[in-house]
Amino acid sequence: MASLKDLRNRIASVKATQKITRAMQMVAAAKLRRAQEAAEAARPYAERMDRVLANLSAGMIGRSDAPALLAGTGNDQVHLVIVATADRGLCGGFNSSIARLARQNINRLIGEGKTVKILTVGRKGHDALKRDFGDKIVKSYEFTGIRQIGFAQAEDIAKTVLELFEGGEFDVATLFYSKFVNVVSQIPTAQQIIPASLPDAGEGSVDLGGAVYEYEPEESEILEELLPRNLSVQIFRALLENVAGEFGAKMSAMDNATRNAGDMIKQLNVTYNRSRQAMITKELIEIISGAEAL
Amino acid sequence: MAEKLSFDLVSPERLLISEQVDLVTVPGTEGDMGIMGGHAPVMSTLRPGVIGVEAEGQPERHYFVRGGFAEVTPAGLTVLAEHTVPLDELDAAALELEIENAGQDVADAKTDAKRQAAQEKLDHLKQLRQAL
Repeated sequence: MASLKDLRNRIASVKATQKITRAMQMVAAAKLRRAQEAAEAARPYAERMDRVLANLSAGMIGRSDAPALLAGTGNDQVHLVIVATADRGLCGGFNSSIARLARQNINRLIGEGKTVKILTVGRKGHDALKRDFGDKIVKSYEFTGIRQIGFAQAEDIAKTVLELFEGGEFDVATLFYSKFVNVVSQIPTAQQIIPASLPDAGEGSVDLGGAVYEYEPEESEILEELLPRNLSVQIFRALLENVAGEFGAKMSAMDNATRNAGDMIKQLNVTYNRSRQAMITKELIEIISGAEAL
Repeated sequence: MAEKLSFDLVSPERLLISEQVDLVTVPGTEGDMGIMGGHAPVMSTLRPGVIGVEAEGQPERHYFVRGGFAEVTPAGLTVLAEHTVPLDELDAAALELEIENAGQDVADAKTDAKRQAAQEKLDHLKQLRQAL
């Protein structure tokens, strides 16, 4: 049986922990709102980019001179797996579920006899994958020092990916990130980005009222310039979804932690009071039986 | 001016402008274009340059863009630009930095086509510096 002093100390320490988790939950809630705003602000660009690309590529698919970024290299031997996670932990199963999905896919690809290269974004993903696939990681990014992820970071990653692609280092690139559905649910997702998987042209196309687009310069040239840009946009979108997901997951994880700490404090208090009373009763019995003996 | 043009200027991070205007001047890769309401559908890439926006009852506004993409549909004009700065906020130092970057691109370019594209970009920027 723990002494009363031990119990008091434990209650104090759990209370302190609860204060920390509650503060972290509130910080995560504030950051989540910012992240959601950023994700919403980025949406118009991505939507318009999708629409333009859908319009353009509808005419290019199946043509022999279609750019490699759209049509692929014709091989699928070497796969680049881009795993985007958060830099920080303490957000429930957020990082590990992305890493698990990536690991499953990597193992499947290796099982099929393909070569796999890995690019990690975020420290946690790197930590999770380096034990099993350390020799396959070609590059890793971390944004620990950056307050808010901007387009520049996405562009940076896209540039590396493009350089690798142009150097013939891989044939297919897949991006793993967590799709933000709402605060309590983030779905780890795999999205193929090279060759580009495009939205259906049918829903995105604009009615031109019978007129035909005039292209300046050539259609194929525009497409060639747009596809790399689209890559940055896709990566940017994934990063923003990830940030929102991270804070959402952190918020609910910290909410749980706060509640658990509360339960624990309640239980400890009951134990504390019981043993205090037991002690008083024991002392009373001692006094009474001492008096009776006289 | 009879017909208004609905003009959207979007960067990846946010929607910068979305309003009805009269005339937008866009620095297309193959020459500047003035676009008004009822323009024929066009898709064009942009070179680094200045977008001018004119709306009735408002002073003309200028934005510097570092390349991008313009699309004209019957619904209006959409400019997708990665990097946009209102011209008033663009100072000589920032422009110098851009020029330096472009210069490095020229030096780094591996193929002739790329070197040419980078060189063109550099020239445009230098012109812009003179205009400022």
